[in-house]
Amino acid sequence: MTAVAEALEAADQGHVESHLNPPASYDLADHPVPNGREEVWRFTPLKRLRGILDGDASSDHLTWETTLPAGVTLTEITAEQAVEIGELAPNERPAALAAANSGGAMLLDVPADTVVEEPVVIRLKGSSVDDLVWGRLLYRVGAHAEVTIVLLHTGSARYSAIQSFLVGDGAKVNVLSLQDWDDDAVHLGRDAIRVGRDASVKHTSISFGGDLVRMHANVEYAGPGGEAELLGLYFADEGQHLEHRLFADHNAPKTKSHVVYKGALQGRGAHTVWIGNVLIRKVAEGIETYEENRNLVLTDGCQADSVPNLEIETGEIAGAGHASATARFDDEQLFYLRSRGVSEKEAQRLVVHGFFNDLIRKVGIPSIEEKLLETVEAELAKNVLKELT
Amino acid sequence: MSTLEIKDLKVQVKTEDGPKEILKGVTLTIKDGETHAIMGPNGSGKSTLAYSIAGHPRYEVTGGTVTLDGEDVLEMSVDERARAGLFLAMQYPVEVPGVSVANFLRTAKTAIDGEAPKLRTWVKDVNGVMERMNLDASFSQRSVNEGFSGGEKKRHEIAQLDLLDPKVAILDETDSGLDIDALKVVSEGVNRFREREGKGVLLITHYTRILRYIKPDYVHVFVDGQVADEGGPELADELEANGYEKYLGTKV
Repeated sequence: MTAVAEALEAADQGHVESHLNPPASYDLADHPVPNGREEVWRFTPLKRLRGILDGDASSDHLTWETTLPAGVTLTEITAEQAVEIGELAPNERPAALAAANSGGAMLLDVPADTVVEEPVVIRLKGSSVDDLVWGRLLYRVGAHAEVTIVLLHTGSARYSAIQSFLVGDGAKVNVLSLQDWDDDAVHLGRDAIRVGRDASVKHTSISFGGDLVRMHANVEYAGPGGEAELLGLYFADEGQHLEHRLFADHNAPKTKSHVVYKGALQGRGAHTVWIGNVLIRKVAEGIETYEENRNLVLTDGCQADSVPNLEIETGEIAGAGHASATARFDDEQLFYLRSRGVSEKEAQRLVVHGFFNDLIRKVGIPSIEEKLLETVEAELAKNVLKELT
Repeated sequence: MSTLEIKDLKVQVKTEDGPKEILKGVTLTIKDGETHAIMGPNGSGKSTLAYSIAGHPRYEVTGGTVTLDGEDVLEMSVDERARAGLFLAMQYPVEVPGVSVANFLRTAKTAIDGEAPKLRTWVKDVNGVMERMNLDASFSQRSVNEGFSGGEKKRHEIAQLDLLDPKVAILDETDSGLDIDALKVVSEGVNRFREREGKGVLLITHYTRILRYIKPDYVHVFVDGQVADEGGPELADELEANGYEKYLGTKV
């Protein structure tokens, strides 16, 4: 039997083998300790995870500081309740460990039909990389509710978290997760989103700090008509490993996913990884998906890995595409700007700002956009464009 | 008072089969107040001349000189050339995502003048130019050339010409791809520039159409990397009637 025929047969039985996305399970035995050669681990320097992969339960915590607008509640729940509510089960070891070791979960609730004007802000701060912290968070947004959720990670820790976003029918949710850690932090994050019927979700992952950051953003659909926009921005400095893994699982008809991740790299040993997986199941007729990753290499000695994958089990779709580009400055852009009298350095500054502005203005959270522009500015000042500041 | 003097300019580009000579000795002088049209068939090297003067890294100058008011242009970097008073309106303006037209124009103006323009007059100047170029108010907030129609790109080039106010403007096929209304708007923009004191214009075109709106003082026929013929505006009329066959024929 050919691989395609096998896949189709498996799909007929309602079971899909997506080798890039191991089946979800709470059982740790289903997620053995990786040796680094596995497809899903081959880009990650395992040693620098500093023991998270065989970590035990721990009482270490991040400090929480929250801004909860009226109508939004945050409560502690048990592990059993998390599963009952519909948590999206872990599909890799760090997330499974977080579920097993966190000893409970935090639930953010936005009731149905509630329109929350101000963003929900959750500030999580670590005190030391010696702390091993397991996080388990659920976000439940009721039908036709509208909310913006901002998660800020700062300080340092070894932090592994499993987060589930359960988005009700017709709801509109905007999530931003900012990884602005100190230099030595390690963060493994699994965000999974279930998009309700006709709901729309925007999820933005932004990674600036940390020694090693590896973030998943997974999307699946509870019914037809759901839309997900997955955005990302990262800036890797010398020695940093920043990895972003996307998975859009089109398991319902007429759903949409649109992925745009942009990154810059500067300094020796700066390493970024972007893996964009899209699975279009047999049932998912009329869907539309597009994923794009662009990397701007600012100095020598950096490495950007970028792998878009598309698994298609039905041809009855509205559109599917992807683009990936990793390059230094575009000579034509620089020439155009310089031909207007702008110096080479200033032209580079304009191009880099433009590269990120383009994405930042899609985030749709004005209070954060300003801060992001400032951070990009500070990152640029560190290295390539320091003569300008 | 400004003079762009091109003497025996030779330029080559790298190709897979080694360097290829495109310009084979071009001599041309543009004095202030003069408009020169360069006409020629595709592949004759017209655009190479424009980009070589502007300093595009793809083109390697192997001989000859280019001076602006006696200053050696070829010694200057791309941005120094612009600050010295050269401007190239490009045939294919480049998209710069995420950089707004407003930011781009102010940055360029600051670089050319060596100081930031006065905010109040600048906003007025920009709005005035946009209006004259028939570009609506929201245009300034769009990313440079991104998603612009062909006509918008060309009108944006001429808006820059107006605001940056160089000594010598090189217009590379600014007329190509324009409908008649856009062609008029662009031509009026160029003519307003020409009316200013001491401006030189080098107008590169494939068609005679634009010369009905912008009257050149001199016409040069460009064939195979060289000036094959020169004359007054009447030469354009002759080209319109007879095309380039005469020059292409003699080449063989």
